[in-house]
Amino acid sequence: MLFYIFAAVAVLSGAYMVLTRNLLYAGFSLLLTLLSVAAIYVLLFADFVAVTQLMVYVGGVLVLILFGIMLSSRVHDKSVMSENVNVGWGITISMLTLIGLSYTIWKVGFSSLPWIQQADTNVLAGQKSTVQMIGIKLMTDFVLPFEIASLLLLIALIGAAYIATDKQKV
Amino acid sequence: MLAFLLTLMLLLGIVIVLAYAERKVAAFMQDRMGPTEAGPYGSLQSVLDVLKLLQKEDIVPAAADKKLFKLAPILIFAAVFAGFAVIPFTPDLIPAGIGIGVFYLLAIISLDVVGLLMAGWGSNNKYAMLGAMRSVAQIVSYEIPAGLAILSVVMICQSLDFQEISYQQGVLLNRFPGLEFEKNWLFGIEALGINTTNIGGITTWNIFRAPLLLVAFVIYFIASLAESNRAPFDIPEAESELVAGFHVEYSGFRFAILFLAEYSMMVLVSLVAVILFLGSWNTPLPNLTTLKLANWTTGTVGELSGILWGGFWLLSKTFVLLFLQLQIRWTYPRLRVDQLMYLCWKVLTPVALVIVLLAGIWRLLMV
Repeated sequence: MLFYIFAAVAVLSGAYMVLTRNLLYAGFSLLLTLLSVAAIYVLLFADFVAVTQLMVYVGGVLVLILFGIMLSSRVHDKSVMSENVNVGWGITISMLTLIGLSYTIWKVGFSSLPWIQQADTNVLAGQKSTVQMIGIKLMTDFVLPFEIASLLLLIALIGAAYIATDKQKV
Repeated sequence: MLAFLLTLMLLLGIVIVLAYAERKVAAFMQDRMGPTEAGPYGSLQSVLDVLKLLQKEDIVPAAADKKLFKLAPILIFAAVFAGFAVIPFTPDLIPAGIGIGVFYLLAIISLDVVGLLMAGWGSNNKYAMLGAMRSVAQIVSYEIPAGLAILSVVMICQSLDFQEISYQQGVLLNRFPGLEFEKNWLFGIEALGINTTNIGGITTWNIFRAPLLLVAFVIYFIASLAESNRAPFDIPEAESELVAGFHVEYSGFRFAILFLAEYSMMVLVSLVAVILFLGSWNTPLPNLTTLKLANWTTGTVGELSGILWGGFWLLSKTFVLLFLQLQIRWTYPRLRVDQLMYLCWKVLTPVALVIVLLAGIWRLLMV
């Protein structure tokens, strides 16, 4: 029941975000979408992913987007509005994606998959959160992708700092 | 639902006391009297202020973005109030004891920032916009040293659960499920050979279990002043430049909500500081051989005495920190924006990074 409420909120706010012309309203409805997706993560026993979603997307990315919109708006004394371009291509591609996804989901037949039938509702199995398991996995099975990702982030940081510095004339 | 109502009532009570204390402390520090008329020593002043605000007209500026303007105070307060969900008030009283409480708290507070932007934008006012921008920039920057200081505590405690961190800092250590055979050593180091598991009191607080957390505590406290926009970090509300910052257009009930959110933020950051560094709801008095001060002032878990002692210690420590916040406000002048950024990025963040590294090494010594 809760799932359907949050799913409906996510879909509706997502649709509003796409359809509204006001970029700022789009940003704020993105907030609602991200929050309800985080709630769905919680319902799936993925507490760490849910909180990370809040931390990274709401606390970081969304604030950055809103900052960008607010600082760059009203340049020519008009509120920020988005324009419709590439209507035909957009509709075609999104319809194709929808058809492809529906076809795949319909073909799979989730209820007959063995791992879903065997799955236990008690996913955490006495553990209080998924953090410890995630930590162990990250330091053993997935240590290489983890380190590469951290290296990538470091490169991005250095690049950002380099771009932002004043290049003094020698 | 009961936890929601209880926490809300408690919070309202604390905020009203705090608003009164703010005026009185300010007055005494400036050699004035402060409020004296309403009630004995003016103690009803803040209650009357709230009643006055509730009666005022709710003015929405004509040029404001009405939906965002009306929504923003609710979002700001909801974000701060949601943080209280994971705060343990006594050994067995916690609104929502989730396993990743610390991480959740850091994340949910960042929602506050979105609300501030919404208020600043919705007001359609230059001062409000500038105030919101400054406030958000400051909060986002100071989240980094605060987060690193909290991270060092998490590394020492090996837990993201506020209740588990609380149990680790006192004589009740072995009562927490999963910690039955843990032991506390003086300064966390077994080689010193002084077992403090049953001594408890101040010797098992996190700032004693790992003395370098004292530095982390100072960093967290400074950063938390900035996160709740308190002086000397109050450039978002600098009265002489911005009138009042992001809430300049708000009046009546909505202003009351914003005011409440701001003071709740102060209470929340102080509570978190107490829980993570200053022994949470544990008593500061240690057991001294036959003088079982810690046991006497802890009470029995699950009974009324445990709840009362736990709540008493937690709230009194919080009030000490809140008093410190008030005192600092009237002691230090406001920082300039470049000083603000210098302090955050060139002082607090590097020191916090070193503390995180040292906390890792200290943890290795502890096992």
